[in-house]
Amino acid sequence: MKRLIPIAALLLIAAQPQPIERQRAEHALNRLAFGARPGDVERVMRIGVDRWIEQQLHPERIADRTFPAIRSPELPSPGGRTSRPPREGGRDVRLPLSDEAKKALRKEARRGIEELSAQRILRAAESERQLNEVMVDFWMNHFNVFAGKGLDRFLIGSYERDTIRPRIWGRFEELLMATAKSPAMLWYLDNARSRRDAINENYAREIMELHTLGVDGGYTQKDVTELARVFTGWTIDRRDAGFTFRRFLHDSESKLVLGQRFRAAGGIEEGEAMVRFLARHPSTAKHIATKLCQRLVADEPPAALVDRVAKQFLATNGDLRATVKAVIESPEFSDPRYYRTKVKSPFEYAISAVRAAGARIEDPLPLARELRKIGEPLYFAQPPTGYSDASKAWSSDGALVARLNFAVAVATNRMPGIRVSSTDSDALARMIGAPEFQKQ
Amino acid sequence: MNRRIFLKTSGLALVGSALTPNVFARMAGAGATGGKKVLVAIFQRGAVDGLNMIVPYGERSYYAARPSIAIPKNEIADLDGFFGAHPSLQSLMPYWKDRSLAIVHAAGSPDSTRSHFDAQDFMEAGTPGVKSTEDGFLARALATRKDDAPLRAVALSQEPPRILAGSSAIATADLATFANSASAKIFGSMYPEAFESVNILRSLRGRNEATYPRGPLANALKQIAQLIKSDVGLEVAFADVGGWDTHAGQGRTEGHLANNLRNFSDAIAAFAKDLGSRMGDVVLVTMSEFGRTVRENGNRGTDHGHATVMLALGGNVKGGKVYGKWPGLGTSQLFEGRDLAVTTDFRDVFGEVLTQHLDVPSLAKVFPRYQGKGLGLLGPFLIGDG
Repeated sequence: MKRLIPIAALLLIAAQPQPIERQRAEHALNRLAFGARPGDVERVMRIGVDRWIEQQLHPERIADRTFPAIRSPELPSPGGRTSRPPREGGRDVRLPLSDEAKKALRKEARRGIEELSAQRILRAAESERQLNEVMVDFWMNHFNVFAGKGLDRFLIGSYERDTIRPRIWGRFEELLMATAKSPAMLWYLDNARSRRDAINENYAREIMELHTLGVDGGYTQKDVTELARVFTGWTIDRRDAGFTFRRFLHDSESKLVLGQRFRAAGGIEEGEAMVRFLARHPSTAKHIATKLCQRLVADEPPAALVDRVAKQFLATNGDLRATVKAVIESPEFSDPRYYRTKVKSPFEYAISAVRAAGARIEDPLPLARELRKIGEPLYFAQPPTGYSDASKAWSSDGALVARLNFAVAVATNRMPGIRVSSTDSDALARMIGAPEFQKQ
Repeated sequence: MNRRIFLKTSGLALVGSALTPNVFARMAGAGATGGKKVLVAIFQRGAVDGLNMIVPYGERSYYAARPSIAIPKNEIADLDGFFGAHPSLQSLMPYWKDRSLAIVHAAGSPDSTRSHFDAQDFMEAGTPGVKSTEDGFLARALATRKDDAPLRAVALSQEPPRILAGSSAIATADLATFANSASAKIFGSMYPEAFESVNILRSLRGRNEATYPRGPLANALKQIAQLIKSDVGLEVAFADVGGWDTHAGQGRTEGHLANNLRNFSDAIAAFAKDLGSRMGDVVLVTMSEFGRTVRENGNRGTDHGHATVMLALGGNVKGGKVYGKWPGLGTSQLFEGRDLAVTTDFRDVFGEVLTQHLDVPSLAKVFPRYQGKGLGLLGPFLIGDG
């Protein structure tokens, strides 16, 4: 019964012309958080929208509840009796295990990824550091790794915990370098298998097309091939499944990438120099600015805004806090014309529905599985582009009906692990199923 | 003249099975069906290795370029003395033999991008090289004729595909979950349009007449077959299937690619069997964003290439033939010195199916600024064909 009051209050408020400050608070909660819980709008208004944003930009200063640690499933023990990691840069990518051992391993991996999804859901729904969780989602997607690809099912947990999360408020260059050296990315985009006499172009192409310059960022097929040669030898250590550079796998001839010349007999410093060069490139500034503005402002952000954010990126040497701040504190971010114009992704929708319903998450695992049905299983975006940030990707009738099915399941307490205490389930379903609730 | 009548009469006039329309067209011609014409498009996302799917085993350089992954001659199902099918495509071979399955080799998009995302985007938009196209070409094809049927198009895929962007197609991986009755009760009046299709889906009929393999593609095709059998007004159906990006360890007659191809082949074969005579109303076309390098890489895999292979099955397809000019695998014949060259634009394949099967009146808006060429892929067999 007690949940009924805030819902009725929300409906009542929705019917009245809203003061600007309330609208701003709602907008901030929609874009910089996973939506409002009952009472959140008032709370943000009390703090002041600008002050709340400033707090969110410094998540380390916000007190938060404790969450279960992010667990990374154990890799089959290196050098153990029954298993060993794949040969470096090598052809041998199979683990010499019995069928039963493999089955057990796959089961362990599947469970590990479900647990990982569960922790993401719990943090997105319940952390006070909301903007931090929004940006984790953004960067995990920008540097997407598909957990379904071989070893990545074991590497993805550490990728989120050790590679992405600690760096999303630092400098882009450090984040890019960390992903370039992460076993998860090395495996996903095949660089771990690229060697001087058998280069694999996959990572070299995607680091330029998706992670830095953008597809129109001004590189050629020749640059892709040359960059792939630069990255030969960047691989996974078979002993501890960490990053290693192997000189004997590295192409030691001279190279020319995007005007950067490397003399013969170079080593790991070539790749490190290219990562830094790409991180500081003006095309990268524009690409990252565009993507941030698409995520936080509009599917087709105004060019002037993108330019300003790109300038900030360059001026601050890729300081991600300063860059995100430039987006959020822009007049465009607060321009009412963009309020409720972006269709929520399925993940954003599901979390915001749970939050708006004031639901208690007793077990996030079933919700993690449900995300697959509504179209966005976490860690399972297969293409290196990750999931789309554009409304049109999520706005078909089919996607809508899938969300409405989800709304009904939550509102009627038929979603295992999620408890709502509303007595009027139809009204709750209608609220989290309404057209305006599909948007942020 | 109405094509069906034409078929019927021409079928009677022709003598000998080799000269008659394919088995599905004959069944359709015999008046077994009364449904709408349907196009089923399957996208093999990730760039399928067309050279190991339909193998140019008559090319010596094929074997030279792929020492550890080439399909041995004795494992190949011969098609025409030069091309042969990967052994995993066995379940589709009866359709090749009865001439309802056609193959178009060295097909693809003329744009040279080797980015999965761009190439898929260009292909689905139907405008290679043009990024500003907002809708998909199948959406534009549907728009050439006005029709208010709520279920003219469906995509059985996790995400709404670009190829149908701008249409009213519903996109879902599972029709049953989609047509949930509790939601219809609460939201039917809030979203009347979305629930029009839900209501239709809740009254589907049509029994499954085949054993489908497991997996998302088979699941998608099973549901598409049910929609076709239920006469809901379906004209375009889309499904996609991933896992073709075989950069490492792609295998020969066993392994990653072989398993994927078997699943692919078995799913399509089950679909054709399930539909039986209704397959005469259906043309199924397969596509992929590009092919893979002719030479294997150092990981017993292949990298991003250019041309690949497309299949067309059912309806009035003049099968039992590999279409397209074969560009050759000699070093000087390769695109950019490394990939199979594109000699048939994918728009020629779809253009023909759209105009001749779906009766799309003009391709001017479907493939703007493109002058296609005819392949002769559809239509009754004439004396001299094959």
